[in-house]
This record gives sequence, C-alpha cells and structure tokens, in this order.
Amino acid sequence: MSWGSDMPTKRTRPAASTGSIEQLLAAKEIVIHCGSGGVGKTTTAAAAAAMAAVHHGGKVLVLTVDPAKRLANALGLETFGNREIQVPPAAFAEAGVEPRGELWAAMLDTKQSWDDLVRRHAPDAATCAAILANPLYKNITGRFVQSHDYIAMERLYEIHASGSYDLIVVDTPPTRNAIDFLEAPERMADFFSSRLLRWLTVPARSRVLSMASKPFYSVADRILGSKLLEDIAEFFLLFQTMYEGFVDRAQAVTRTLADKRTTFVVVSTLESAPVREAEFFIDALDERGLHLGAVVLNKVLPSWFLDKGATGAAKALVNRSEVLAAELPDSLGEPVQVARVLREVGESFLNFQVVAKREAEMRAELSAAPEVVATIEYFDHDITDLSGLLALGQQIWR
Amino acid sequence: MVVDLLDRKLVFVTGKGGVGKTTIAASLALLAAQHGRRTLVGEVDAKGNLADFFEIGPTSFKEREVSPGLWAMSMDTEESLKEYLRLQLKIPLVARLGPLARTFDFVANAAPGVKEILTIGKFLWEVRERRYDLVVVDAVATGHITGQLAAPQAIQELVQVGLVRDQTGWMLDILGDPAQTGVVIVAAPEEMPVNETLELVDRLAAETVVDLAAVVANRVLPELFARGEEAVFDQLDEPAIEAVLSDALGTSVRPILDGAQLAVTLRRTRGAHLARLRAELPEGTPLLYVPYLFQRSHGARATHQVAEHLGDELGL
Repeated sequence: MSWGSDMPTKRTRPAASTGSIEQLLAAKEIVIHCGSGGVGKTTTAAAAAAMAAVHHGGKVLVLTVDPAKRLANALGLETFGNREIQVPPAAFAEAGVEPRGELWAAMLDTKQSWDDLVRRHAPDAATCAAILANPLYKNITGRFVQSHDYIAMERLYEIHASGSYDLIVVDTPPTRNAIDFLEAPERMADFFSSRLLRWLTVPARSRVLSMASKPFYSVADRILGSKLLEDIAEFFLLFQTMYEGFVDRAQAVTRTLADKRTTFVVVSTLESAPVREAEFFIDALDERGLHLGAVVLNKVLPSWFLDKGATGAAKALVNRSEVLAAELPDSLGEPVQVARVLREVGESFLNFQVVAKREAEMRAELSAAPEVVATIEYFDHDITDLSGLLALGQQIWR
Repeated sequence: MVVDLLDRKLVFVTGKGGVGKTTIAASLALLAAQHGRRTLVGEVDAKGNLADFFEIGPTSFKEREVSPGLWAMSMDTEESLKEYLRLQLKIPLVARLGPLARTFDFVANAAPGVKEILTIGKFLWEVRERRYDLVVVDAVATGHITGQLAAPQAIQELVQVGLVRDQTGWMLDILGDPAQTGVVIVAAPEEMPVNETLELVDRLAAETVVDLAAVVANRVLPELFARGEEAVFDQLDEPAIEAVLSDALGTSVRPILDGAQLAVTLRRTRGAHLARLRAELPEGTPLLYVPYLFQRSHGARATHQVAEHLGDELGL
C-alpha cells in the first residue's frame, strides 16, 4: 500500500462537546440513526427517544421507517401512521416511570408523503390532479432513485420546520448503501435540472429535434418504444411545473442535515460487514462536514466472555468434567449426565469466546474515531414493552 | 412438485438485510460447483462484498472463474445494456452510447422496470443460452425483490412496443417455470427476518410468477442440553453447587454459568421464531438449517463450512 496523494486527507473534526448519549440528546434537535440493515437502528432510535422523553422532558418524536409490530406494541400503540401520535402516558405508568416530557411516534408512508409533496408544490389543482392520476406516477415515486431516502429526509425537514418538537429521533430507511439518503436531496435537485429531463420533455413541446438529441431518441425509441417515452415526457412535463418548489425544498433539506442542531448516530453490530459499512459511513459524514454524535454498538456479547481466568476454568470443565462431576453432590443426577452438562457448559463458553474475541477486535477498529461509543449487550429476549425499551436505553444513556 | 434446489437453472437468493444472504448465495454456488454443476454466481449490487466470500479481488460484470467450475460476476446495468444492444442489434453501440452514458442512469431509473429488467435479463439470458448448469443470484433484499422479479410483467403493461417489450415473453417463460427458476429466502431466527420472510412468501405468490424454492434458516444456535440435562444445569446455579465448582476450579465459575445461561435463553427465544417460521410456511416448502458458526471470520472458510451444511441439509 502506498501513502500517495490519493489517500484521503482526514479533516479534523471539531471536538465534540458531548460525552454521552444523554448529553447528545439534550443538546441536539435532530438525531439521525444510520447503519446497515438488521443492526437494530429502529429499536435503538425508539429507546433513545423514550429515554429523552423520560429524563429530558419536552416533546420528543421518534420517526421510523418500518417498525416491527412488536415495537408499535412496545410503545403502547396499535399502529403507526404517517401522522404523529402520542405514546399513551399509561404505557409509561405501566413501566413504572413518570416521564418529564411527551413521547410521540410516526411512521413514514412513502406514497402518502409523495402525494402531500405534490399537493404542496403543484401550481394549480388541475396539474396536481393530472400528476396524481398519471399511471407512471406511482411507479416512479415507488422506484425512483432513492425515492424513499428523499422522502424520509423531506418529511424530517417538514416536521422539524413545524416547530412542534424539541427533539426528533429518526431511523433511516434500509438502503443498499447507507449514505444514499445523505445524497438524496441533492440528487433530487440535480435530477430536476438535468439535461435528460429537458430532452425527454422536448418532444411534447415541439416535434423539431435538435441534432444533439437525435441519437438519443433513436436508441431510446428502439429500446423502450416511443409511446412509453411520450408517457414519460408528459409526466415529467407536469412535474417540471413544480421545479422551483422542489429544488428550493431539496436545498433546505440539505441545509437541515448540515445544521449544528443535527447529529448522526451510527449503529452497528460487531460483525464484519456492518462494521465495514459503519466505517464507510463515518468517513462519509466526515467528508460532508456532518456531525457524528456517537457510535452505538448493538448486540455485543458481554465482556466477561473475555475473562482470562474463566477461559482456564471453561477448559477445565471440558477436560476434567468427570473428576469435577464426582465432586458434586449426588442429588444433581447421574455422574455421567452431570459430566456431560459440565462439558457442554464449558464448550459453549469457549465457542462464544471466539466470537467475543472477534468482536473485541472489531470494536477496537471502530472506536478509534468517535467521541461517544455506547454499547448494548446482547439481549436474550425480545423487547415487548416500554420498560424493555427503557432498559435498553439505560445501557447507552451515560 | 418440489424440484431439487441444485437441479434448477436459476436461483435468486434474498433475505432481510443482515441475515447472511450473500453467505448463503456464495455457499450454494460453491456447493453446486463441488457437485459438478457449471455454476455462475452473480451479485446484483455492484458495491456488494461477494468477492470477500471467495477471498478474490473485486468482481466485475465480466465473469471469471473463482474456483473449479464456479464463475463470479457483479451486475452493472449499464454494461448489461451495452451487452444486450450488442447481442440484439448486432451493432457495436458502445461508441455511440458514450455521450449517453451519463444520462443512462436517469433513463433507467425514470422508466419503470428498465433497470430491473436489465438486471434479471442478464441472468435469464445466461440461462437461456445454457452457458451454465446453474445461475445463483445474490439478489436484492426482501423489500425490493418482488419489484425486480415482476419487472417483465410491469414492462408488458407499460410498454406497448419496442425491443424491451419483445424480450419479456421468453423471460416470463423461464421465470415462471419451477423446473428452472426458484427463490431462496434466507431468514435468521429473529422476529423481523421471520416476519419479512413470511410476508415475502405471500408477495411472491401474489405479485410474481416465480416459485419459492426453499427457505434457509441461517445462524441457528445449537441446543446445549439433551432431555433432562437442563434440570442438572439449573442446579449448578445454586450457590452451594457454584461454590463447590469454583473451589475445584480455583476461580469463579460464574461467568461460565452466565455464558451458558445466555446460550440457553438465546436458543429458546430464537427457537420460538423458528417454530413460527416452520408453522407458517406453505406446506412442503423445504426449510434448510444452517448453524451459527462460532469462528473467527466470514471469509472463504465460512463459505466452505456453510456449503457443507447446506449439502447435508440437501442430502448430498
């Protein structure tokens, strides 16, 4: 490996003034949880929001993408929807806590949010109706470049600008690439000012094609058929009436992400793929000058798996199981059976220790960068109520 | 009719993020190659890490042999379009496409189904040309897979004429033939992966023509104790017994007992999710178990081990 000029130069991040998740949540207004799929972003975000509502007070919103039904239940809610709803105080009472503030929850409904956006930006009712009725609209909003990412950031901006909450905790949509949503607003703005859009919309305006776009059409026609191209052109022509509104909005969303009051929490397990993604993400935040508030390591094996004395003891259980079994009272059971249990117990410990060691290695790599690293130990049961969520939150709080 | 997994021609491997989708795809492909099938494994996500599972350098659109009888590639829709145009139009379009390359991505994204069809089209093409006995696709995650598999139908509905439309017929023939094509869903025995797996089973049937080939329960924890042994273990927890053990070992046995307790409860919680998966899958769906691997890393070593377990499960 060379240390040539292509090595990215690390910008020095301003020293974070926060030393814990507790302080982070007290100081910031928007906390965005990100990380690769399956690491527990949604649960972590909900736990952090619940803790903030209990200890810091004020109005706290957790905005989530696709919560497990169990999480909705844990928050004492029947369902989540695009509209924010308050987690009933009774759910806190049941958990034996008296929150200083209120906890609200909302789920992102992509289709609904797009419709709202169109309604807001369409110049008149006729255009709005035409767009919503366009057969391509659903397809494009559903599958369009990072359409979910964009709408998530857009909705976050909208809620924040409404001034209804002291703190908004967000969980990001599952994407193939976790930084997609950071770029989504910019891409959206780019798209609306792209040459392609102009090309596509030309034939609807005038049938005279410029020399420049001719090869494009001949290829596109042969591949897609001109009818589809016309449909697309019509759709984008309608969409272009919203150009300015959209671009302004996308820029405002980008500014919100970079605002001092916004911070990012990277969530990861200590498996190799999620760790690599987390590292990538930490660098991406750094490059964009965005604030990395904390790293939360989830589903980590307890540190006592690394206990040196215990290693020897576990090996002894495996190797000397019969001798040890003989020393135990007869009431336990058949010595052969007891010996087998001792062996299994020792083996199991040594097995998990291999994983714990690998995790420790990964952890050392990841903790090099950030100021705040919080760890959530492996939960041996599912979280089914608010007290479970708060117990998890307790682990990362200080 | 249940078709043996390795006797199919095209297998899409999907699953919720983080369940080990790529591990299973890589291992399944390796297993097929080990059993004499000329196999291609392709990842749909160019930024994926399929290469790590074979300890080879980055993969590209042009496939290369990574072990005997096994070729690997990664999807690139722009390259796929070029190849398609070259094969279909019989003209070297690469040069003419040049200035359009930048905007291509936008077209592909704006026109519904085009990107998807360029992706699965490539794999279907390989099947149609019979260049491989088996094509294994490390496909997109559960949330996006139906969109991809249903692309030919979407295209048929949206596009009335044109080259792309003309291609949808034979694609649907291959996709809809259970003797040739199947989906493997990977689940971990946890709540959300099991939920998403069951939801996907329904959606596959409702929205696509593709057959469900198998479900893989990945990272299944071992059962520590045989019948009756758990009662013995519970007694070890009693202070008097613990003291005797700690004395004999010369150090506290507590962490070890805690470790075993964690293993037991984890196994139990996950067992419940696994039971639900088993109960709610359509009857006759092959359910393959792959154990949790207590090991250092997830490279080629793990791929070989998982392939071995899959082989056992498939009775090979």
